[in-house]
Amino acid sequence: MPRRVAMIGAGMTKFMRRANDTPKEMAFEASKMALDAAGLELKDIESVALGTAPDAFDGVHMKGEYLSDGAGSFLKPYTRSFVGGGTGVFTGAHGWWHIASGMFDTCLVVGEEKMSSAHPHPQGAFLTIFDNLIERNLGPNLVWIFALEMNRYMTKHNIKKEDIARVSVKNKGNALDHPCAQLGMKITVDDVLNSETLAWPVQRLDISPTSDGAAAFVLASEEVAKRVTDDPIWIEGVGWNVDTTIWTNRDLYYPKYVEYAARMPYKMAGIHNPPKDIDFAEPYDPFDYKELHHMEGLQLCRKGEAPILTREGVTARDGDLPTCPSGGALGVGNPIAATGVMKLCELYWQLRGEAGKRQIPKDLRTGVAQAWGDLMQVGTVVVMRR
Amino acid sequence: MSKEYPGNPLNSKDFKKALKTKYVPTAEYAWSAGHAINRFLTGLKEGRILGIKCRSCERILVPPRAFCEECFISVDEWVELKDTGTVNTFAISYLDTMANRIKKPLLPAVIEIDGAGGNGFLHMLGEVDPKKIKIGMKVKAVWKPAKDRKGDITDIKYFKPARGGV
Ligand SMILES: [Zn+2]
Repeated sequence: MPRRVAMIGAGMTKFMRRANDTPKEMAFEASKMALDAAGLELKDIESVALGTAPDAFDGVHMKGEYLSDGAGSFLKPYTRSFVGGGTGVFTGAHGWWHIASGMFDTCLVVGEEKMSSAHPHPQGAFLTIFDNLIERNLGPNLVWIFALEMNRYMTKHNIKKEDIARVSVKNKGNALDHPCAQLGMKITVDDVLNSETLAWPVQRLDISPTSDGAAAFVLASEEVAKRVTDDPIWIEGVGWNVDTTIWTNRDLYYPKYVEYAARMPYKMAGIHNPPKDIDFAEPYDPFDYKELHHMEGLQLCRKGEAPILTREGVTARDGDLPTCPSGGALGVGNPIAATGVMKLCELYWQLRGEAGKRQIPKDLRTGVAQAWGDLMQVGTVVVMRR
Repeated sequence: MSKEYPGNPLNSKDFKKALKTKYVPTAEYAWSAGHAINRFLTGLKEGRILGIKCRSCERILVPPRAFCEECFISVDEWVELKDTGTVNTFAISYLDTMANRIKKPLLPAVIEIDGAGGNGFLHMLGEVDPKKIKIGMKVKAVWKPAKDRKGDITDIKYFKPARGGV
């Protein structure tokens, strides 16, 4: 039997287009804030789990080792996990098993990304995701995979672009209430539909920005958690799954790997009817359609139904099933691994009633966060409960 | 939850002025194609699209691989496929490979190769009005002249609508 694991403090930096701060400095600031929030000092931390995306973004080899001091791991048991865009939420699982296994009573979990260092744009680093033998010579662009997946999803379910654009309107709007947000703004569906076409059906306002930022939280065993806080939030389940990189042999309209990743924590947490048993969600939204795609993978609705729920306001902050109350990657910003950690922090703040202007106006007991990545193939899911 | 969040954003003007160090990596690679893709690319040079059949699940694997990832066995039953297929999905890209804006769009698509049970690969569409491309459209490979082929995915120039222009 795994031991119970509690989150007892969270912190983050602003998410920024270009930070003057170095990656290590950002990791330090987020880590320090999480420790302060937990009322702990570095000497109380027994292990450190870090998530950060490819070394190529930074041009720094062994980025995990480079970041270690900033993540508070000086002379401590330390590991870096990396599952592409799914990394941030995966760190919830990565840290969880440190405690659940009984090996440690405390674990500091940190996600960091600085994407502005790659010039003129991290595109050059992203490109190496494509198959080196039969895809790269076609001159692909990273946006292509989203355009291809989005088109397949829209066509399969006969979804209108305006119903997808509503996600961007909602999340950028929600982000206006987030003090760390990079792109909080009030926009309309027409603004999205009239924004520059990058690779149809993807337009400028369908996409999250590239960002710099860090986020962190502290996990503890039940014994430590009950000693330091009256209000621990429990990690009730973790899951992850990966499909093949041979993405042209799969039907992209549905993320099966997200479903498989979600079934793991749902089983652990005794969730049988996700739309009823889950009060709010932070699905990964690097593009507006991805939130919808992921709601379906997370079993929060039937296939093709997510755009309808969004149109009906079900996923608004005051709806029955709020999604991305933080503002998500579209609004707060998308420093890849830090984004997923931010989503876990958001579950924590929402469940404790500490989300300020972002607080969902209803009783919250259970939340789910999810991230996604690589060649449309990785799903990572964490369920948290009060 | 603390009220003050750390982080010092730079606007583009300040960023230009900020102290920076720079580095341009020189990293070149030469990848051997391996057992399966070697034969696939050799096929393209000969103007043929080759798949490989798994004797266990009976899927026709395109792009071919040396083993079936589902059955986890070696596969070696090569099959020649037609050079026609169906558009599984497509995009109309005004971005080139380095995200520069371009006027004449690139038309990437996933092509399901006929006879491969829905499997296929990434390629480009051509000789088609972008507005008229549809998922489910039948297409045919347009090959480079034999003398220009070199055993590369670009030995197929693009796929065009199968029955003349659309
Ligand atoms: Zn097989």
